[in-house]
This record gives sequence, C-alpha cells and structure tokens, in this order.
Amino acid sequence: MAFKLQPASDTLLGSTLGDESLGDRWVLNFGPQHPATHTTLQLVLELDGEVVVGCTPHIGYLHSGFEKQGEHLNYNQYVVITDRMNYLSPMANNLAWHYAVEKLFGVVPPRRCQYIRVLMAELARIADHLVSIGTAALDLGAMTGFVYGFEERETIYDLMEIASGSRYNTSYSRLGGLMYDLPDAFWPRLDELFDRLPPIVDDIEKLLNRNRIFIERTRGVGVIGREEAINWSLTGPIARASGVRRDLRKDEPYFVYDELEFKVPLADGGDCFARYLVRLEEIRQSMGIVRQCREGMPPGPVNAEPEVKVTLPGKDEVYGSIEGLIHHFEIVMTNRGFVAPIGEAYGANETANGELGYYVVADGSPRPYRSRCRPPSFINYSVFPELIVGHQISDVPAVLGSLNIIAAELDR
Amino acid sequence: MSEPAADIPVAPGPLDAHPGVKVLRERFGDAGLDPRDTIVRGRAIGMPTVTLARDVLEEAMGLLKSDPRAAFDQLTELTCVDYLKFPQVQPGRFGVTYGLLSTTLNHRLWAKVFVNESDLSVPSVTSLWKGANWLEREVFDLFGVVFEGHPDLRRILTPAGFKDFPLRKDFPLTGKGWRESFRPVTRDEA
Repeated sequence: MAFKLQPASDTLLGSTLGDESLGDRWVLNFGPQHPATHTTLQLVLELDGEVVVGCTPHIGYLHSGFEKQGEHLNYNQYVVITDRMNYLSPMANNLAWHYAVEKLFGVVPPRRCQYIRVLMAELARIADHLVSIGTAALDLGAMTGFVYGFEERETIYDLMEIASGSRYNTSYSRLGGLMYDLPDAFWPRLDELFDRLPPIVDDIEKLLNRNRIFIERTRGVGVIGREEAINWSLTGPIARASGVRRDLRKDEPYFVYDELEFKVPLADGGDCFARYLVRLEEIRQSMGIVRQCREGMPPGPVNAEPEVKVTLPGKDEVYGSIEGLIHHFEIVMTNRGFVAPIGEAYGANETANGELGYYVVADGSPRPYRSRCRPPSFINYSVFPELIVGHQISDVPAVLGSLNIIAAELDR
Repeated sequence: MSEPAADIPVAPGPLDAHPGVKVLRERFGDAGLDPRDTIVRGRAIGMPTVTLARDVLEEAMGLLKSDPRAAFDQLTELTCVDYLKFPQVQPGRFGVTYGLLSTTLNHRLWAKVFVNESDLSVPSVTSLWKGANWLEREVFDLFGVVFEGHPDLRRILTPAGFKDFPLRKDFPLTGKGWRESFRPVTRDEA
C-alpha cells in the first residue's frame, strides 16, 4: 500500500521549516509506532535527501510515574514495579533495587543468596544480550540470528519461571534474601542450557561476524570515542565498545563477583559493530560465571538471620513458635513493618545495558521517601541525536538497535 | 546553609580523606560544605555527600572535574529530592543531587545544591558533562527546577503543555482529577 510521507510542517521542528532557503530538506516522523523502534519512541528526523541533518527525539510515551509510586510502596512491594522497567532482563532490576535497599539498611544477605543472585543476574544478562543482538540484526534484515537468540531466551525464561513462578515479572528478590530458594528442578534445566547455549552463540557469531551486509551496515556507523562516551555518562557495553575500561562487577564489586573469574570484553571501535562484538563476548563470559556459580553454590539459608528483622521467618517457625508468629506479624502488618534508617543510599549494579542504579532516600518510615532509578537506557538514548547526524536514514535502525533502548526503562 | 541536620551523624575520618572533599576544602574552606554520609548501625555506607552553595556550584564542579586528584570525568547521576515533608529540616526544599564518578581513579562523590521555591534556578553543568542534558531536563520536568544556561530546557517525560511537577511532594499520587473529569466524547464529535 502506498503511503505519503509526512511533509515538513511548522509544528514539528519549529519555525525554520517554512524557510525556502533550506532547499531539499524535509522532515520525517519516525515512530512512535514503527517496527524498528520496538516500543514507543518518536524521532523527528530532519533530512537532506537521505542524510540526517537533525534529530529530535521525543520520549515519554510510556511514562507511568514509577518513581512516584515508589514513594507509596514499601521496600519489598516496589520490587514489582522494577520488573516493568527493563523488560528484557527484569530479574536484574529486582536485584539492583534490593542491592541499593540493603545498602541503606546495612543488611548483608547470606552467601547462598548472593550466589543465586549472581547466577540470576548473569542469566538475565545473557537473555538481554541475546535479544538485543538478535533485534539489532533483525532491523538490518538478518532474521535468523534473531530467531536463534529468541529460542534460547525462552529457555532462560523457563529457568526464571522455575525459580520465581513467573517467566517474566519475576519479583524474585526480597530485602535481605529471596522469595524462595531455588527448587531442585532448576539444576537439570540449567545444565540443559549449558549444552544448548554455546553452539547457538557460535551460530550467531558465524551468521553475523563475517556477514558482509551486517558489517557494511554497522562498521563505522554511530561512532563514539572514549572521551565522548565518558562525557556523555555512557556505561556498560556501549562505553566498553568505545574503550572505557569500566565494569562495576570489577571496579566496585558487589555480591560475590570478586570471588568469580571472568573477563570484561573491551573494544575500541566505538561503532555499532563494536557494540555487537562486546555483547556477544559478554554472553560467553556470563556463561562462565553461571557455571562457576553452579559448581560453587554454597549450602545454607537464602534469607538473612531473623535478628535483622527484615525477612519473613520460615513457615515452620511461624506455625511452630510464638516468637516466629510475632515476628511474622511484625513484618506483615501495615502499621508495623521494618523501619529504615534516616539517610540516603545509592546502589548500582552492572546490568546488560549499563549501570542501573537506585538512589533511595529514607525518612525512617516503612516506605522510601524518594526512590530514584538511574536508568541506563535514558542516558544511552540521550546521545542518539549526536550519533545519527550525518548518517543516512537507513542507519537509524542500526544505531537504535545497537544502543538497545528499552522504552519502559527510558520513560519509567 | 551551614548547620548539618541534627540526627545525621557525621563521620569525619574517611570523609576528610576523600580527595574530592580535600579539593573543595582547599578552594572554599569549610564554609557550608558539610560533608556527610549515611550511617547505618554505626557504619558509614560509603556515600560521601557534600553540600554546595548555588553561587559556587559551577566553579566547584569545574574544579572537581579538572583537578587531577579528583578527576571526576563522568556525571553518572543527576536527580532531585523534594524535602517538603522530610522529618529533618534541610537547608532548602529541593536538593538537586549530583553523582560524580572518576573512571580513572574509581571513586565517587555526591554533591547537593539546595534551592527554594522563591528562586528555583540552578546553574547548568551541561558545559562540563554533556550527559547532564537530559538529566537536567528530567529534573526540570518533574520538579520544576530551572537550570540556567541549559541549551534546550524543555519537558521530557510529561506531555508538552503539562503544567504541574509530578514528583513534588504536594502533587497527589492519583493526579489532580483529570482522569475523572474527562469529557465523554461521542461518535459524532470524534
């Protein structure tokens, strides 16, 4: 079906557009409903022929006031909202939230819990990278890699379901622990993943690394240098693809990352291809971390001791002893609950898109006074107009895909 | 803005040794810096925060970025807290919070600037860190703090034409009744 491109109009880019001296310039409205944006992003592209000369992103289509809601839910309830932020790796959001809150409360979860958290965070990273690589390639016409990646993501989501009861909105972590310990059925399925994933990653690599079309469309496209990347607040694979040596897992080790062996992939191209390479290698490194967690998983409880008064006691304790019953009620009753100290804390985890931080201000009540999320997608997307200017219009999906913008996290 | 809030204990030792605090002290003395950290069970959680006066903000931030001992080359976080209903009295209603990170020296420093409704302007740091662009727009959008010198200060998350600042504490969670007062639209009108 033929459709008409939207003509330049004053309402889109301001008054410069009525100007006849602009010659061949015109305006293309890209999104908010466009397959390559994956979600609701709007770009107003000012074009000179096919070359982008100006780009104004409009965001906020998915703004749903998560931070405002955070001020009205308690420290455990808010984890449900964090699921909805980065929908490619909800588990990582849960863990980052409770990492910040535990920092604020001064609670250290037991070792088994920390190992499970690392394992889950790495599975979430693999799932996220599989989809982001897949969709980045899909937007450039390479359907196969996307399908391969999506299938394995489904296996990982099955694992999430076994662990938390929900494949997607996991809400798995709790203050000082986890919702449940991992069930026995988890481990054989995880071993299955070990067998299935490496050949798939190799296949994706074979499909894309020497794919002429993919290389031509990503090499030298959307280049950002090292200094610029730091100055633009970029983190995660995008910064590392520009040669920034920084990974919170190494630089500010949290959970038990300092006991595990892994390498942080680094590239210096700074273009879409470098970002793809970094993500692909991170999948392999994450598989190694998951394997180490599988082998080194310590026994023991997953919740912090009852003395810290933030975790629910076990059911046998609640029904078997009066202390346990009182403890249970103290936590669940709305006018009681655990009480936070007065102060503020910032905790950040290295998630698939970069530094996902939560800045929590507590006023001594059961609910946070302010629950700010430092969303990596928001910051990664702010650099987009800089990256795309001077490129052709067909490079827009390539750069968008390589940045892996998640609109739910972008707008919150 | 000198008196520290009464109940937040100040941990002098590690904060005085913090290179960022040192750099600021050398230039500005101790006036109003008020370095502090959240103390939980007698232990500092490692979030060194300094308070900066609005008129020295630009210079202080420039210093923190350029001084090789501090070398804060990245602005990881910029946000705001509305202290309207906070149990401890703060030097101002809005605390604009800057999270600085040095990627070379691997340390962080947090800085706060307090402003009141009578004058909501804060100098922009976009000239130092480009990443501040959208972060400042977000704070402007949700809190109404105006960043002087920002190249493109528009609303970013809420729709254009929106009049309120939703993350302020006096803005109700359920909005201000727009949802209830939507006029039913008939088929003929649509």
